[in-house]
Amino acid sequence: MSNKVIYAIYNDDDILMDAVKKTRAAHHHIEEVFTPFPVHGLDKAMGLAPTRLAICAFIYGLCGLSFGTWMMNFIMIQDWPQDIGGKPSFSYIDNMPAFVPIMFEETVFFAAHLMVITFYMRSRLWPFKEAENPDVRTTDDHFLMEVAVNNNEEELVSFFEGTGAVEVKVIEKH
Amino acid sequence: MYTFSSKLKTFSFVLMAVGLLGIGYGFLTAPKDIQEVEKILAADAHGNHHEGSSESEGAHAVSAEAKVKAEAEHTEHLTHVLHQLENKPWSALYVACIFFMLLSLGTLAFYAIQQVAQAGWSPVLFRVMQGITAYLPVGSAIFFIFLILCGFHFNHLFIWLDPEVVANDKIIANKAGYLNFPFWILRAAIFLLGWNAYRYFSRKNCLAQDDSNDNSFYKKNFNISAGFLVFFIVTESIMSWDWIMSIDPHWSSTLFGWYVFASFFVSGITTIAMVTIYLKSKGYLENVNSSHIHDLAKFMFGISVFWTYLWFSQFMLIWYANIPEEITYFVTRIQVYNLPFFGAVVMNFLFPVLILINTDFKRITWVLVMAGTVILLGHYVDFFNMIMPGTVGGSWFIGVSEIASVLFFLGLFIFVVFSALTKAPLLPKRNPYIEESKHFHY
Repeated sequence: MSNKVIYAIYNDDDILMDAVKKTRAAHHHIEEVFTPFPVHGLDKAMGLAPTRLAICAFIYGLCGLSFGTWMMNFIMIQDWPQDIGGKPSFSYIDNMPAFVPIMFEETVFFAAHLMVITFYMRSRLWPFKEAENPDVRTTDDHFLMEVAVNNNEEELVSFFEGTGAVEVKVIEKH
Repeated sequence: MYTFSSKLKTFSFVLMAVGLLGIGYGFLTAPKDIQEVEKILAADAHGNHHEGSSESEGAHAVSAEAKVKAEAEHTEHLTHVLHQLENKPWSALYVACIFFMLLSLGTLAFYAIQQVAQAGWSPVLFRVMQGITAYLPVGSAIFFIFLILCGFHFNHLFIWLDPEVVANDKIIANKAGYLNFPFWILRAAIFLLGWNAYRYFSRKNCLAQDDSNDNSFYKKNFNISAGFLVFFIVTESIMSWDWIMSIDPHWSSTLFGWYVFASFFVSGITTIAMVTIYLKSKGYLENVNSSHIHDLAKFMFGISVFWTYLWFSQFMLIWYANIPEEITYFVTRIQVYNLPFFGAVVMNFLFPVLILINTDFKRITWVLVMAGTVILLGHYVDFFNMIMPGTVGGSWFIGVSEIASVLFFLGLFIFVVFSALTKAPLLPKRNPYIEESKHFHY
C-alpha cells in the first residue's frame, strides 16, 4: 500500500484559511498544516480540539501550593520550631503571613515550569530533535497543507489547484 | 434609547423608602444617655458579667477609695460605649454613602483609562459607564453634606474634629496643621468638584461627538481624560487619608490610598459588568457580545487579585514588624472584627479567583452575576472594616441601621443610574473606535 500525500502550498494566510475550510467541507482529511507564524483561527477552521494546558497548569499550581505549605510547615513548625525574632511558631496559621510569599512563589514556579515541560513533551520538542519540516519555505513565507491520498490522486490534485495553491505536489511518504 | 421599566423604578423607590425608615429607626433607637447604655449592656451580659461589675464585686472587701475608683471606671466605660452606640447609625450611613459614591468614581476612573488607552473593545460600553457615573454628582452632594454635619459636631465619627480631643491628645494636636476642619472641607470640595467637572465635560463632549463632522470632541475628551487621571491619582490618595484613614488618626499607612483605590475600582468594574448584563438581558445592547462581558470579567478577576495583593502587603508588613503604634489597627480588627476582616478576603479574593479563573465561566451570565454580587458585598464589608472599628469599635453589628443604609443608597443608585441611561442613546455614534468595538471578538 502506498503512503502518498499531497502537499498543497500557499503563500497567503487568507487563501490558506479558505482552502482549509473548503477541504473540510469536501471531507478530505487534513493530516497537518505548516505555517511560518500563528494564523489566527486556523485551529478552529481545522476543527482541532481546544488545549487542556491551562487545566494542567492549574493543577500544577495546586501542587506547588501544597508543596510550599508542606515544606514551611515541616521545617518551621514541626521539625525545629525555634523562636526567631519573636515570630509565633506554635502552629502553621500563627505564622502563616510570613510563609505566604513562599507559598505564592512555589505556586507560580510549579505552574509555570511544569506547564512548559508538559508542552514540550506533548508537542515532542527537545534539543537534538530532528526537524519535521516538509519544505524549508514553510518557516519563511509559505504555508503547506498535507492531505492523505486514497486512490483519488487526480481528483485531489485538481481540487487543490482550484483552492489557490501556488504549488501542488504528490509525495511518497516512507 | 433605553426606557426605565416601571417595575425597576418602583423597586428603587421601595428600596429608598425601606431604607429611609430603617435609617430613621436606627437613629431613634440609639441610646441617649448612659442609663440606657447600662440597660442595654445588662440585657446583653446575661450571666457573663462584664468587667466593670465583676471587678466591683471582687473589691467589696477593699477600701472605699477603690470602690469609688471602680465606679468612676464603670461610668467611664458606659460613656465610652454610649459614644460608640451614638456613632453607630451615623457610621452605617457613612459607610454606605462613601461606598456608593466611590463605586461610581471607580467607574469614572475606568472610563477615563479606556479613553486614554484608546481601547478598541469598550466604546460600546461608554454610555453604560456614563450612566453609572451619573450617580457621582448626587452621591458627592450627599457625601459633602455629611462631611459638613461631621464638622458641625452632629456626630463623633472623626474624633480630631472635636477640639477637646485635640487639646488632650499630643499626636492629634501635631497633625492639626493638616487635620483641621476648614482645610479638610476645602480639600473635599476641590476633589468632588474636580471629579464631577470631568464627568460633566466628558459626557458633554461624548454627546457632541455624535453630531459632529470631525473628531475634535473625541480629541478633547482624550486630553481631559489624561488630565483627569493625573488629578485623580493625587486626589484619590489624599481623599483616602481624609475620609477614611483620619478616622483612626493615630495610625497611618503609606499604601492606604492604593488599597482604597483597588477596592472601589474593582467594585466599579463589577457594577459596569452587572449593569451591562442587565441591559443586555433586556435587549438594549445589541452590539455587546460575550467577548465584551468576558473582558469585563477578566478585569474583575485581575483587580480582585490586585486588591488582595495590597490588602496582604499592608497587613503583612505591619504584622511582620509588629510596631505597637501600627499593629493596634489590626489587633482591633482581628480580635473584634474577626469574621468581617477575614471574610472580606474570602469574598474578595478566594471566591472570585476560584470562579473567574475559568474562561468559559467568564461568559456565563449567572456565574458572573453571582461572582459580581459577592465581590460587591465583599467590598462593602471591606469599607465597613476600614471605618467601623474607629467609630463604633466593639459595639458593631450588621443590623437595621447598616442594612437600611445600604438599601437606601442602592435604591437611589438604581434610580439615578437608570434615569440617566434614558437620556442618551446607548450606542455612541461617531466614536473613532466604535466599529472595532462593535465587532470585538476575543
